[in-house]
Amino acid sequence: MANEISDTTMEKSFYQVSTNKYNGILSWLLTKDHKRIAIMYFITIMFFFLVGVILGVLMRLELLSPGHKLMGAQAYNSLFTLHGVIMIFLFIIPGMPAIFGNFFLPIQIGARDVAFPRLNLLSYYIYVVGAILALVSLFLPGGPIDTGWTFYIPYSVRTTSNVSLTIFAAFILGFSSILTGINFITTTHRLRAPGITFFKMPLFVWATYATAWIQVIATPVIGITILLVIIERFFGVGIFDPALGGDPILYEHMFWIYSHPAVYIMILPPMGVISEIIPTFCRRTIFGYKAIAMSSLAIAFIGYLVWGHHMFTSGQSDTARWIFSLLTFLVALPSGVKIFNWVATMYKGSIDPQPPFLWVMSFIFLFSIGGLTGLVLGALGLNVHVHGTYFVVAHFHYVMFGGAGTIFFAAIHYWFPKMFGRMYNIKFARISVLLFFIGFNLLYFPKFIMGYMGMPRRYFDYLPIFTPYQRVSTFGSWILAGTIFFIIGYLIHALFKGEKAKSNPWGGVTLEWHISSPPPMENFYVIPTITHDPYDFSQLKEMKND
Amino acid sequence: MINHQETITNSGNVNLDVHRDDIGAKMGMWLFLFTEVLLFGGMFLVYAVYRYKYPDQFHLAAMELNTNIGTLNTIILLTSSLTVAISISALQKGSRVISLIMLSATLILAIMFLVNKYFEWTTKFEHGIFPGSKELLNKPNGQILFFGLYFVMTGLHALHVIIGMVVLTFMLVFIVKKSVTSDNCIKLENSGLYWHLVDLIWIFLFPLFYLIQ
Amino acid sequence: MTKKENHHIGYLTYILVWLTLIAFTALTVTVAGISLGKYTLFIALLIAAIKSALVINIFMHIKLDEPIFKVFLGLSGFTLIVIFVLTFVDYIYR
Repeated sequence: MANEISDTTMEKSFYQVSTNKYNGILSWLLTKDHKRIAIMYFITIMFFFLVGVILGVLMRLELLSPGHKLMGAQAYNSLFTLHGVIMIFLFIIPGMPAIFGNFFLPIQIGARDVAFPRLNLLSYYIYVVGAILALVSLFLPGGPIDTGWTFYIPYSVRTTSNVSLTIFAAFILGFSSILTGINFITTTHRLRAPGITFFKMPLFVWATYATAWIQVIATPVIGITILLVIIERFFGVGIFDPALGGDPILYEHMFWIYSHPAVYIMILPPMGVISEIIPTFCRRTIFGYKAIAMSSLAIAFIGYLVWGHHMFTSGQSDTARWIFSLLTFLVALPSGVKIFNWVATMYKGSIDPQPPFLWVMSFIFLFSIGGLTGLVLGALGLNVHVHGTYFVVAHFHYVMFGGAGTIFFAAIHYWFPKMFGRMYNIKFARISVLLFFIGFNLLYFPKFIMGYMGMPRRYFDYLPIFTPYQRVSTFGSWILAGTIFFIIGYLIHALFKGEKAKSNPWGGVTLEWHISSPPPMENFYVIPTITHDPYDFSQLKEMKND
Repeated sequence: MINHQETITNSGNVNLDVHRDDIGAKMGMWLFLFTEVLLFGGMFLVYAVYRYKYPDQFHLAAMELNTNIGTLNTIILLTSSLTVAISISALQKGSRVISLIMLSATLILAIMFLVNKYFEWTTKFEHGIFPGSKELLNKPNGQILFFGLYFVMTGLHALHVIIGMVVLTFMLVFIVKKSVTSDNCIKLENSGLYWHLVDLIWIFLFPLFYLIQ
Repeated sequence: MTKKENHHIGYLTYILVWLTLIAFTALTVTVAGISLGKYTLFIALLIAAIKSALVINIFMHIKLDEPIFKVFLGLSGFTLIVIFVLTFVDYIYR
């Protein structure tokens, strides 16, 4: 039984108490508090997300009709490159771990902070430096990078646009990711409160832990790959240059050896969040806790084995291709385990359709489409037809945005009251889920059709036959972007004018709901001793307050 | 074991002394070492692929490297691992002076390694062999790749030697200033771990570049 | 804070390990001079692996540390090997 404080809205929160001797802005910039660091990440990452959204909207504007409209091919190339680089390296990969992992991992295991608080702050600043370098590279002579976010050889070596600085920025961002991973693994092993064994940890912790391993093991590979491209641009050592005996496909191998596990960095934490949200809003313990925990590890591991499916048409051996195809089908299995267990949890649960839960429902639809089309892409014969087309673009937006992105919003809506001590407008939140869903499908579903019809990706122009689909897609982008700005609007409004939130507005049972909203600086006055399971709802009657 | 001490400052801010967890610190260090292993691992992968594709050219190119200097450098680094290990042991036993002497020996050996490397590289440059040089580009592709890999991998390794030296120098200062002591030497242990990794990378670099006979 | 009095490795052990490492270095250099065809690489890597095992276990102390470190090392090493194997599946079968 968790021994903890009762309603604590009168005590000081972490906003009012700092870990250092400063007040004002310095108490934030030099903080060691994981929660303040999370908030700083939140603001910075949201900023870059919005930049990425605007870039996407601009791309869709160009594609409203065939022919040159707003920009020529060169500018379009830079736009989609930056859209990719920003969304991937500045938003999705860091997003959930840095914001929600940082804020809630320590709390959910009953700790006061992460294992290495100062390293945590350093990770944040490294992120900021990487982000600034990426921005700066836009404005240097040579023009913004135009290689696509995949920086494929040989173009990335030959082009005169600013490749080196941008990919160096990605290298720096990788460091931030690695240090966060190191911090989280050590925290999980060393700082669990008494009674919280590995199999009593919440599933969000399991997910963050598995993700941290990917961050640590996979990121260095892209690190060395980026270094090699930079060295190639400056010194011409020939490592990937076919004229000097190098193999461009080797570059693709090295790039995807990281970038495939990276997508699991993107999706595992959101899956962890779902495992938190569903029990809370179904008032039931999760079905198959151990299976879900183990499936996170399985996804993390098998995820290292499938990278070749990004390069089926590049020139690998046939043997390699069918092995990668087989492994790709295998990696779908642990994800399936999760989805089945989530649905089983809902069965005979007492469902409370609050916004976080509605986002999860949206996820299940969108991610299923994304996942199933992943199987299409994983099949060799089909891949040859749709590789490099809009089909791929649709697939990854469904999994990354419809999957990870949707749960990013779910997590915000779930944990907003805890992080900020305020509640947002529930009606607006419910409407936004619906609008998002509509805009999303209008924007991305036509792309499956276009891709199948042969529309290549990364083209700034197209044949007139695609015009109706492109128009629908652009229209969807307006609804989607509008919804995103609407969400940000009511959330910012809630920050200042929202009703003060209680400790446990939703009726959750994990440790963060036992402390005040927002939490006190040291999370727990007394480190709790846990004897119950993480999703034990028999605790609920004592805890819930409306 | 977690220690917590809370002090309230004048402004009412609570000050938490950072808890001490040596095992945790060591764990963090090992995790960081894994990232280095994967970083160099990626490079070894590139090496392996090209050696597989150009076995004869690699053989020919390797003959231009000086096996004696390579062997000497291997012995230097292995010895430096010994000295840093003894340095840590000595400090744990309370023998500060021996610890400092051994740590200094490690640094001297590191400098010797770098000096050797410097002479190796400059000799190559004098023979016109460096990335992008006309001399090199006239050679067959396999040899161009060999030397490209040689310079990048030994260069990256040398960079890590330098970083290691900086870290060990800091440890030297800390021991002198008594902020690292026999009761509180995890920083030194972790620095030693980093140094051993630098040695480990060379243990693989050496046969792969110097001993292709 | 953990005291490790019972986990200390003595100077003598370190020196013995060092001598072994030097011996293996001499061995690997000698073997390289002998023409062993396709076994050369394998033997060189085997010797390097043995040297590494000595450094990791004794100098880096993993033999006497908590078992979790060995688990971590195993995991990371295994992942690296898997990456090598899968990449080579491409190159060998081209």
